[in-house]
Amino acid sequence: MTEFVKLFELLISASLVNNFVFTWFLGLCIFFGVSKKMETALGMSVTFTAVMMISTAISWIVYKLIMVPLNIEFLMIIVFIGIVAGLVQGSDTIMRKVAPALYYKLGIYLALISTNCIILAVPLMSVGNKYSFIESIVFALGSGLGFSLALIIMASIREKLELADVPKYFKGLPMAFVVTGMIALAFTGFAGLIKH
Amino acid sequence: MSATTEEISYWELIKNGILKENTIFKLALSLCPAIAVTNNLKNGVFMGVAVIFVQVMVNLTISAMRKFIHPRIRLPIFMLVISGWVTVVNLGMDALVPDVYRSVGLYIQLIVAFASILARAEMFASKNTIMPSMFDGIGMGLGFLVALVTISFFRELIGKGMLWGVPIINAKPLLILVLPAGGFFAVGILMAAFNWMYAKYFTKGHSH
Repeated sequence: MTEFVKLFELLISASLVNNFVFTWFLGLCIFFGVSKKMETALGMSVTFTAVMMISTAISWIVYKLIMVPLNIEFLMIIVFIGIVAGLVQGSDTIMRKVAPALYYKLGIYLALISTNCIILAVPLMSVGNKYSFIESIVFALGSGLGFSLALIIMASIREKLELADVPKYFKGLPMAFVVTGMIALAFTGFAGLIKH
Repeated sequence: MSATTEEISYWELIKNGILKENTIFKLALSLCPAIAVTNNLKNGVFMGVAVIFVQVMVNLTISAMRKFIHPRIRLPIFMLVISGWVTVVNLGMDALVPDVYRSVGLYIQLIVAFASILARAEMFASKNTIMPSMFDGIGMGLGFLVALVTISFFRELIGKGMLWGVPIINAKPLLILVLPAGGFFAVGILMAAFNWMYAKYFTKGHSH
């Protein structure tokens, strides 16, 4: 039972309290890139969460079973980026053959994901924090959900922002940053949710 | 190709990196560290220096090897070169400046995923000789450093009343600027200011 509570705490912590976008500032390129429309934001969220869980699982296995016994932990940056790139390329090819309908919907997001830093940060952090296998997967799920939440909130605001009268030099990205700052301010309210 | 690039002076290349294609303010790439490490000046400077080092070394390595890299497998090779140099910086900073590394370590490792570094390797270094590639790397890296220093200067000065850990302003600071949310505000406002400055002083005649 306590194990379950611990995992739940990890999930909440990864998705709300330490939300990747609002407190770690990771994945901003994609966050600002795809949050212009609700539809793309939803597609990205689904693809992202799935890829993140699989890549974290594979990285964990490779790290524990191959790199630690061989004493080559210092190569983890190279190995993890290889895993992410290979996985994205692989799932791209498989999806195109097996589920072409799904590929036409989500394929474009797959290509974008390999340039996302969260997808690399999650395996690095779960190794750094010495999570167990289950914990890493829950951590990846929480991070994915948190990123999806951020994307969806931002997309719904930006759709409205299109119609607003914004000062000339604030148009586009600068305004998006200020809005994100306000959401981040609201998210600091979650800080007390979990005792450290 | 090479005939035209010889004519571009090195100064032009550096200016291009700082102003016209400023990674953060103009291209809006590699934004994650721009907010994450800029709550004090020292972190901002070290992060910027690490990026300059990686960008220059990657450009040098790739332009030196450009004739041996088969175009079809160039991206994996670029990634290998980049992650190799990032590992060097990562281990080096861990050993030399452990106190800075403790707060920016994760972001140093994530230099691997910087779109800007891969983009310069692909667009510039793989097509040019060694010297222009080096200056292109210095220019792009300096643009990044300038942006980081500007952001962290304002955030530390207003948010804590200090610079490089030394108290400057003797008044109650606006704490919000060192909080995560303040980082977004600072970048948004500085980006608008950069747009304004660029439109006013660096585009002659046709400002939109």
